[in-house]
Amino acid sequence: MASFRVEIRVMPRGGILDPQGQAVAHALHALGFADVNGARVGKHLVLTVDAASSSAAETRVKAMCDRLLANPVTEDYQLAVEPA
Amino acid sequence: MRRVAVIVFPGTNSEVETVDAARDAGSDAYYVWHKDTDLKGADVVILPGGFSYGDYLRSGAIARFSPIMEAVAAHARAGGGVLGLCNGFQTLCEAGLLPGGLVRNDRLRYVSRPVRLRVEAVDTPFTNQYRKGEEITIPIAHGDGRYVADAPTLAALEAEGRVVWRYVGENPNGSTNGIAGVCNAARNVVGVMPHPERLNAPVLGGQDGARVFFSLEARDATQHAGDLRAVGGHHRGM
Repeated sequence: MASFRVEIRVMPRGGILDPQGQAVAHALHALGFADVNGARVGKHLVLTVDAASSSAAETRVKAMCDRLLANPVTEDYQLAVEPA
Repeated sequence: MRRVAVIVFPGTNSEVETVDAARDAGSDAYYVWHKDTDLKGADVVILPGGFSYGDYLRSGAIARFSPIMEAVAAHARAGGGVLGLCNGFQTLCEAGLLPGGLVRNDRLRYVSRPVRLRVEAVDTPFTNQYRKGEEITIPIAHGDGRYVADAPTLAALEAEGRVVWRYVGENPNGSTNGIAGVCNAARNVVGVMPHPERLNAPVLGGQDGARVFFSLEARDATQHAGDLRAVGGHHRGM
């Protein structure tokens, strides 16, 4: 068993209006950052997981995302696994 | 007199009004703590409003794994009536007992005020005392009330008459197609964002919500609605 650090990026699914992202874009425009032409706001979760291998850790965390950490109706997620 | 179990999660805050509204309509309503695993002979289960688990992660996401939810899912699968009010609706979606999901209001604000609704489906255990197409006023109080679902799901909801309540006039949260409440394919599980339990007596300023609870006691009306639905060919499992 080794310990892995798994970072999970959960984002509102493309095509679903993201009002937080729009509000952030508006605020950046108000501050003069006119070069911003899109913003989306999601969540970042960091887990420490014991597993036999990196791929085993990834499989486990995918199951966690599918059951709890992301809602497949409204969100997409991506994982990055590295040794802890 | 029907036995109505009102589930209480940590952070639920509308259980007292919900039990009172069901009792006012003649039901034998009682609380069930989320760590229980037994619905104690319930005919109907209501998941009331509030902020279960502080809305952490997503509204309703953690409540759906409470021990009592296995019994709620079994009750729903057996055809028993299940009603989710506000946070209860969010929890039923998270649990997969209702399709779609509820995300942040389009203007990012928590909205707490009366809204106009149209009753679109009266062939459910919770709306059989309304007239189809009737417009009513019920308060909302939510930050995550914008209903979303993928295109095939939305098409099925509309085609099968499974939008139960729809906002009329102004859409307060950006909900797709103005959807305020939906039911499952078998029509025994219903979720709505507005709070009928908060407007069930004249002393509260109106009683448009009371018939949600009177519907539970109206066995004949429910049976009649069941007959109609079988004829219409919409009676199929979810």
